[in-house]
Amino acid sequence: MELFVFVVAAAMVLVGAIGVVTRSNPVHAAMSLVLTLFGIAVMFVSHNAHFLAAVQVIVYAGAIVVLFLFVIMLLGVDTAEDLSVEPITNQRPLALIIGLGISAIVIAAIVSSRTGLGPSGEGVNETTLESPDANIRQLARVIFSDNVFAFELTSVLLLVAVIGTVVMARKTKSVGTGK
Amino acid sequence: MSVMFSLAEPTSTWYLVLSAVLFGIGTIGVMVRRNPLIMFMCIELMLNAVNLSFVALSSQIANIDGQVVVFFVLVVAAAEVVVGLGIIVSIMRRRTTLTVDDMSGLKG
Repeated sequence: MELFVFVVAAAMVLVGAIGVVTRSNPVHAAMSLVLTLFGIAVMFVSHNAHFLAAVQVIVYAGAIVVLFLFVIMLLGVDTAEDLSVEPITNQRPLALIIGLGISAIVIAAIVSSRTGLGPSGEGVNETTLESPDANIRQLARVIFSDNVFAFELTSVLLLVAVIGTVVMARKTKSVGTGK
Repeated sequence: MSVMFSLAEPTSTWYLVLSAVLFGIGTIGVMVRRNPLIMFMCIELMLNAVNLSFVALSSQIANIDGQVVVFFVLVVAAAEVVVGLGIIVSIMRRRTTLTVDDMSGLKG
């Protein structure tokens, strides 16, 4: 059963990822991104990371992809672009070699060190029918005790991002003409 | 048949290999595509690959800290997308085409 879930989710992830890279229409690429993000969320659930799966669907598939689609529509670039021309000579074969090389190196490192990591913490609580909020409780305890300073800093980061975007996207009036 | 399935239980190595492949696809996308929006989506793919490996390792070493890191990565990714899309929109105010090749005005 777990194998079945893994195969289906991995197929979703890979098909979506290849779709993002190869689709010529940005709207289709954004839809492929949604497929990938849902596959990742399924894998989070199978690793007992239920809170992160929910956040993944809400923040990524809900907010970020909608933001992408909003910008695509706002800029009016929702038409297929011509992918047949290759502006830089040998760009695609080189990119393919570099990308596959990075993947191969990382996979070799994973396979060669796969037995080196043993349990080091107190365990990840499994969500069961008796304790449906086990994952959220454990995560919240760690975030609000050991990592509370980092958590507060993320609120500052979000505030800076919002203010920066507003300042950047605002139309600047030329001096002397406006009130 | 059931023996085969119990033998082929997906371990965290499978998830790590999948995340490496996903990261490679994202890298290829960033290098090949010229539409900045698609490049942003490929960066999201790479972030998600790293998130997946964090969660897989978190359950392998039985430590919740990996999930905490993923939580913070999600926040940073949201902020990054907001700022990046703001930059793209403000660049597109002055231009009509949307390829990164046209944005070579800062080249020395």
